[in-house]
Amino acid sequence: MRKLFILGVILSVGLFAQKLTIQGSTTVLPIAQYAAEVYMDNNPEADITIRGGGSGTGIAALIDGATDIADASRPMKTKEMKKAREKGVNPVANIIARDGIAVIVHPDNSLNEISKEDLKKIYTGEIAKWNKIGRGSGTIVVISRDAASGTFETFNKLALDKAKVTDGALMLVSNLEVARIVAQTPGAIGYVGLGYLSDEVKALKADGIIPSEETVRNETYPLARPLFMYTNGSPGGLAKDFIDFIMSKQGQKIVQEAGFVPVK
Amino acid sequence: MNRKLRELIVKSILLFCASSSLIFLAGIVIVLFTQGLPILKYVGIGEFLFGTHWYPTHEHAEFGILPMIYGSLIITLGALIFAAPLGILSALYIAEVAPFWLKEIMKPIVELLACIPSVVYGLFGVLLIAPIVQKLFNLPIGLTAFSAAIILGIMVLPTVTSIVEDALSSIPKEYKEAAFAVGATRWETMTRITLPAAASGISTALILGIGRAIGETMAILMVAGGSARIVLSFLKPVRAMTSTIAAEMAETVMGSEHYYALFGIAIVLFIMTLCFNFIADRISCQFHKKFTATR
Amino acid sequence: MSMETRAMSQALNTSLNIKSHVNHRKLIQKIGISILFLSLIITIFFLFIIVIFIAVRGTGVLNIEFLTAMPRKAMTQGGILPAILGTFYLSLGAVIFALPLGILTAIYLNEYAGANQLVRIIKMGINNLAGVPSIVFGLFGLAIFVKFFGFGVSLLSGSLTLAIMILPVIISTTVEALKSIPDSFREAGYGIGATKWQIVRGIILPAALPGILTGTILGIGRAAGETAPILFTAVTFFSRKLPKSILSEVQALPYHIYALVTEGTHPKEQIPIAYGSALVLLLLVLGLDLIAIIIRTRARKKKLW
Repeated sequence: MRKLFILGVILSVGLFAQKLTIQGSTTVLPIAQYAAEVYMDNNPEADITIRGGGSGTGIAALIDGATDIADASRPMKTKEMKKAREKGVNPVANIIARDGIAVIVHPDNSLNEISKEDLKKIYTGEIAKWNKIGRGSGTIVVISRDAASGTFETFNKLALDKAKVTDGALMLVSNLEVARIVAQTPGAIGYVGLGYLSDEVKALKADGIIPSEETVRNETYPLARPLFMYTNGSPGGLAKDFIDFIMSKQGQKIVQEAGFVPVK
Repeated sequence: MNRKLRELIVKSILLFCASSSLIFLAGIVIVLFTQGLPILKYVGIGEFLFGTHWYPTHEHAEFGILPMIYGSLIITLGALIFAAPLGILSALYIAEVAPFWLKEIMKPIVELLACIPSVVYGLFGVLLIAPIVQKLFNLPIGLTAFSAAIILGIMVLPTVTSIVEDALSSIPKEYKEAAFAVGATRWETMTRITLPAAASGISTALILGIGRAIGETMAILMVAGGSARIVLSFLKPVRAMTSTIAAEMAETVMGSEHYYALFGIAIVLFIMTLCFNFIADRISCQFHKKFTATR
Repeated sequence: MSMETRAMSQALNTSLNIKSHVNHRKLIQKIGISILFLSLIITIFFLFIIVIFIAVRGTGVLNIEFLTAMPRKAMTQGGILPAILGTFYLSLGAVIFALPLGILTAIYLNEYAGANQLVRIIKMGINNLAGVPSIVFGLFGLAIFVKFFGFGVSLLSGSLTLAIMILPVIISTTVEALKSIPDSFREAGYGIGATKWQIVRGIILPAALPGILTGTILGIGRAAGETAPILFTAVTFFSRKLPKSILSEVQALPYHIYALVTEGTHPKEQIPIAYGSALVLLLLVLGLDLIAIIIRTRARKKKLW
């Protein structure tokens, strides 16, 4: 009896300490992380854990009930939707930010813009030398994200029409790595989220439009995508409060500081 | 009677504990095979092992792991070319030439350096070695099989050195004394008597070094670049089996074909290291038999 | 001199052609030994340059606050306390699981088992377990502890995974320690009518303690430095709170270093922290191993038997 009572106490304490688990896209990670930090400063009783793992993993965890919020840098696939319905989970998409995927080259590269057509040719391996698109010389070092990432999936869909990336491409595990390698490699071309742009790399215009906060927000930039936080049903409790916080003025400022485009 | 019973119980408990390693090993085998074999439902075994295209998340997914097997092997080979001569010669100096005090200092130092975490090697490789390699060979990119081989070579150097040193030290004194007795110099004794006598011990060291190199993950993930293509050059980016698992497993949905494929890679990796261990085991067994017999 | 060595010396005798060119042979020896020395210097150089590289780049950020504060501003400021503590808990957990199992296994192998087929298989199993790549342990931990037993990504899953990985280290160092205890100790025990277990507990284990301690510390060092086994089983990128139970996720130093280099949006602030964390990890691991080596050397010197 006493054991039961103690168990009850432990359980209820566990319930009172508000817990929130967020899992998913590494692109959304910095936003979630930064926002959680500020949120926990404001609400010390909240306990937020953040895990990366990629969009697919986050969505799978949401379907399994292993996470409260699934971060995703792509919309859910029909296959995933079906699986969720089968398990009685009703995923609701909350668009918390927008992100442009910027095509980047080394600052010394004289190239300033690239057509989607050339981009596709470079990434599928059809063009391997810079002089083929009339700029400089030498081999093009094609840099891509690893095939499991949401950024790869989005880029693959938006820029390459789902064509297969050349097997000569370097598949790096994160946006930061792509940015760093492009910054130290004169012949490289890569793609990263807007948040990873710095003066160490040069962002190219795609089809004549420069990737910027404005062009992403007004949806003129062709390589842009919304970022999601999926919840099961309409968010409630701490999850609702947290998403409300991100959608608030303060939250959207965090989005901006993390290098993404606010939706409001 | 009571005492005997107690001894029996103790012995059974101990035996059970001792079997735990076997149980874990069996567990690993079972996990790998149950989680990895289902990939064969999606691709044939020949296509899996010898296919040259790795597009795990594409609509028309392809799961050929030959580029990764190649990547692992070429990095390991490079590491060995780098580490074997240095390791053997250094060990020869420590075992046969160095005065006692130097030996007493060198052995623990070599041992200590074998313990540097691989992520630290990775950090070193990506921020120092790769840029140097890029400049040195005027390459488009510094993340290459060559950079990875150097890092891996440095990593296995302590392993090779200390095992070779052990092998050299276990050569019976009589061998050397016999050589000195007929007027051989120290150098001649070393190269013509000690070194050949320790040959099997040295091969054990090299094979264990290979085993360590092929299973290394984090440093390779950070330094090798990661393009899954077979190019017969040390100066191109490659991708190893281990780093593919580390890079992609975290973002892979459980029970998807991609997930099974990654476990499939682990099966191949596991079997390869098992073979190397087995060979090393055999050779070192013979080595010890030989010298316990002559002693 | 055995037959074999005599035959060898005869072969050498003819091949050396003793009378000729003593000076020439001395010269070759000099050159040869210089080459050996040079190799050793190169080896040492490569190994030290890593330590120096990390030390030079890492010392700048190292201070008390770095070691004792929480990370701030999306890990671009503040300290690395959660990572240090996480690594501490993970290694401690690994040792708690692996130590009893390892010691009992070693006792069985060295004190109880004869030279039968089963023992040979067990020994081979231990050898092979030692050779399993660390990433494979990670996959095993993911499938068994995280998923099958449902421990989730947690301290517990990570510790168990690391425990299996360091088990062979602990077994082999303990066996070595037991082996070095002379049989006269055991005979003395039998002489006063003790049972085997009493001898093991009362005489053998205390005598082997320094050796076992060495193995334990080496195991801790190995567990603290590994990344691949905890990648899918224990670590989280970010958690502001310290781990509260064995089922919480943790940060860990090796993963923290990896994450700082590869994730996040502020490389300029993150890389120095990565160097600092690497230095802390390096000092921790090398310090532990140094202690282990000192204990072992002392024990060997002190030996009265």
